[in-house]
Amino acid sequence: MSSVITETAVTIRVDDQEVAVPDGATILDACDAAGVETPTICYGPTLTPVNVCRVCVVELDGSRALVPSCSRPAEEGMVVHTDSERVRHSRKMVLEFLATGVDVSQAVELSQWAEHYGADPDRYVPGGQTMDEPVRVQDNLYIRDYDKCVLCYRCVEACGDDAQHTYAISVAGRGFGARISTEFDVTLPDSACVYCGNCVAVCPTNALQFKTEFDLRQTDDWRPEDQTVTQTVCSYCGVGCNLELHVQDNQIVKCTSPDDHDVTSGNLCIKGRFGWNYV
Amino acid sequence: MPPRLRGHPLADLHFGDDQPTEAEQAAIDAIVPPADAATVVETERIVRGGRSRRHGLRHLLLPVLHSLQHEIGWISPGGLNGAAERLGVPPAEAYGVATFYELLRTTDPGHRDDVVHVCVDPACAMAGNNDLRTSLEAEGARVHDSPCLGQCERAPALFVQGVGRPDRVPDDDDEEFSLPQAGDPGLRVLRRLGEVDPTSLESYLDHGGYEALARAIEMGPDAVIAAISDAGLSGRGGAAFPTGIKWRAVADEPGPDKHVVANCDESEPGTFKDRIVCEHDPFAVIESMTIAGLATGSPHGWIYIRGEYPRATARLESAIAQARVAGLLGDDVAGSGQRFDIEVRRGAGAYICGEETALFNSIEGFRGEPRNKPPFPTTHGLFSQPTAINNPETLINVLDVLVDGPDAYRSVGTERSPGTRLFCLSGRVAVPGLYEVPFGTTLGELLDLAGGPTGSLASVLLGGAAGVFVGPDALDMPLSLEDTREAGATLGSGVVMVFDDTVDMEAVVVRIAEFFRDESCGQCVPCRVGTQRQHEVLVELQSSGQPLAPQRAELIDDMALAMVDASICGLGHTAASAVRSALSLGLIGNSQ
Repeated sequence: MSSVITETAVTIRVDDQEVAVPDGATILDACDAAGVETPTICYGPTLTPVNVCRVCVVELDGSRALVPSCSRPAEEGMVVHTDSERVRHSRKMVLEFLATGVDVSQAVELSQWAEHYGADPDRYVPGGQTMDEPVRVQDNLYIRDYDKCVLCYRCVEACGDDAQHTYAISVAGRGFGARISTEFDVTLPDSACVYCGNCVAVCPTNALQFKTEFDLRQTDDWRPEDQTVTQTVCSYCGVGCNLELHVQDNQIVKCTSPDDHDVTSGNLCIKGRFGWNYV
Repeated sequence: MPPRLRGHPLADLHFGDDQPTEAEQAAIDAIVPPADAATVVETERIVRGGRSRRHGLRHLLLPVLHSLQHEIGWISPGGLNGAAERLGVPPAEAYGVATFYELLRTTDPGHRDDVVHVCVDPACAMAGNNDLRTSLEAEGARVHDSPCLGQCERAPALFVQGVGRPDRVPDDDDEEFSLPQAGDPGLRVLRRLGEVDPTSLESYLDHGGYEALARAIEMGPDAVIAAISDAGLSGRGGAAFPTGIKWRAVADEPGPDKHVVANCDESEPGTFKDRIVCEHDPFAVIESMTIAGLATGSPHGWIYIRGEYPRATARLESAIAQARVAGLLGDDVAGSGQRFDIEVRRGAGAYICGEETALFNSIEGFRGEPRNKPPFPTTHGLFSQPTAINNPETLINVLDVLVDGPDAYRSVGTERSPGTRLFCLSGRVAVPGLYEVPFGTTLGELLDLAGGPTGSLASVLLGGAAGVFVGPDALDMPLSLEDTREAGATLGSGVVMVFDDTVDMEAVVVRIAEFFRDESCGQCVPCRVGTQRQHEVLVELQSSGQPLAPQRAELIDDMALAMVDASICGLGHTAASAVRSALSLGLIGNSQ
């Protein structure tokens, strides 16, 4: 395969392809460039990689353990295997592990990958520990259902260093008992939360949901297949954030912004995210 | 990649309504006085604050939380708010840090009594910790089950966490220190123990103290590092990384902001060597850190020590104070013209903080979660600056290398594992304690030195919970890095825990699995869930009384491989190691 090599490019081998990526790119970028699909959970295109889910691991020649492709910078001459026995095994186990303790029923992508790698969460000891958390409904904007939480840290990053700098939530506790939490688990209205909903936007498992979506799901009325998405520009201020209004039965049911939008990178404020009742 | 900017650079902090009580405020003030707060309102028009001020305070979070815990007995919402506001830390993050540590409570205990921690790990279980716990409870003590307290040679172990009174270890009061090998001319790094007065710099100087530093200043940094490389000194914390390479890498990094860290956070079940070394030869640790500081060009020294080691902490602090007065620490170390000083930080009960990058996060005031490597500590260590981090045993070996020279140093041990090694003997052995033998001594010789097993030898846990079990057929195995590696074992942190045929090995292995489950930081999926599921499988095996079913054996192997391959740090990598060796040796899993 021929590639355009610039001065700042590094060339690495992904499976049987040579790919050139810009200096500073990750192995995951190289996999994307090579057209190799990689499962990810904690990785988000707008977030700093925290490499905690370990589902994107690849085998790197010369490295004893597998390496997380989302955060490992590509270096000249690296040889990477994305579909070796070891890679498939670890990816399968991560997906299996998550499905044993977490309700992944609404994590569409994760479930597809679990099937792809043949994850079998039923082979574990019956009655094992699960997240076992009540749904936290504390306001009319969004809910937190930590039974569905895979501890990917994306909400923490979005609330903190990567977008909002509000720091309303953190990981608390340790080990299997670790949970996303406000200080002393105070309710969101009592916390530093500013209801930008940027945590909801990055949640990969629907543990964080618009209250509108939650209510519709309660009555079995959530029908993504019947929804349309209308792009518009937020009308509140002059910044010009793009909005994607998700509409079902002629009602707005949630609001997102495109990750690749120059202004928002997927982020909004409380007005853009939740302030559409007047429409 | 530039280091990530951490520490809420633009945060607009929000605090709840809970206010600290007077006592809580005093506990906070004791560590960070009001004048040093993140935001100080001097006059209506002059307010001192901002990002760099906040940034510079974050590392005081754990000391402030310690202070609250110690004075109040727990960290209340008001106390947490007070601490977070003083330091400019978001309360949710402060809560995340407080809930990370075993010794910090975030629920009201309803009393202000001291808490007695009783060790539940194997050496103490063999020594009857249950009886101890029952009698303590009968006396009305507030008992808390604890992982290994690092006193396995005098099991069963206790640690009393004081509320308003100093923490203490009852055994420290009355026990005259005795080294089983005292007087043995073969002792090297332990030769001063029991001879030197650990509270007196003068006594240390009388025993040849600070000769090595003088030598190091005379030789210059390059020659010091070359001597350490020539001596073949390798890390004694478990990973056996060549010390010379580590120091060279830090020395080669530009700039003055570099660090030397002594990792005294040993928490590996069965390990107590750092405690004994720091308690009985603290000046040696200080001197060797100073040499590391001068050799690598690092002015900042840090000692991170287990929160459960009050006496070792006090002695190190006293040694540092005396060294400062004598000009052996400070702006001009022993007339060298170079600056080096040491700050002591206490852990708060987290095995994972012995992992070097987790330790850095802990000092920096973040949750003790390991970082992904690379980048390595030699370039991105403490505060993302170049850092040489070593175990105290590694450090004190440096003194002999410099005083006696690399050739003399290499005269004991094996070609590929020069020098001596400290071993922590515990369990069913006649004289448990700390032993120093040349690398290459066989396991059998080491056990003989300790008077041999007290019963019919069934197995030995080598290297700690993260190590492996070996059977009686391993008595001929030379204890060197190369021989143990070849045998699929490890020396780890020097644990040699002996079991006879009366010990319930299923209970031991279930406890080891429980230890990893409890101590996993919870960050990465393979370890967070893998350690939990591994424990569940072993509990099922234990309660079934049946042999291990083939599909369960396969599950254990599958989980182990994923933890080894995909975990972030060494905890996950080794969490299945002892379990699998117990299975393959037939110590468990083959019930009638």
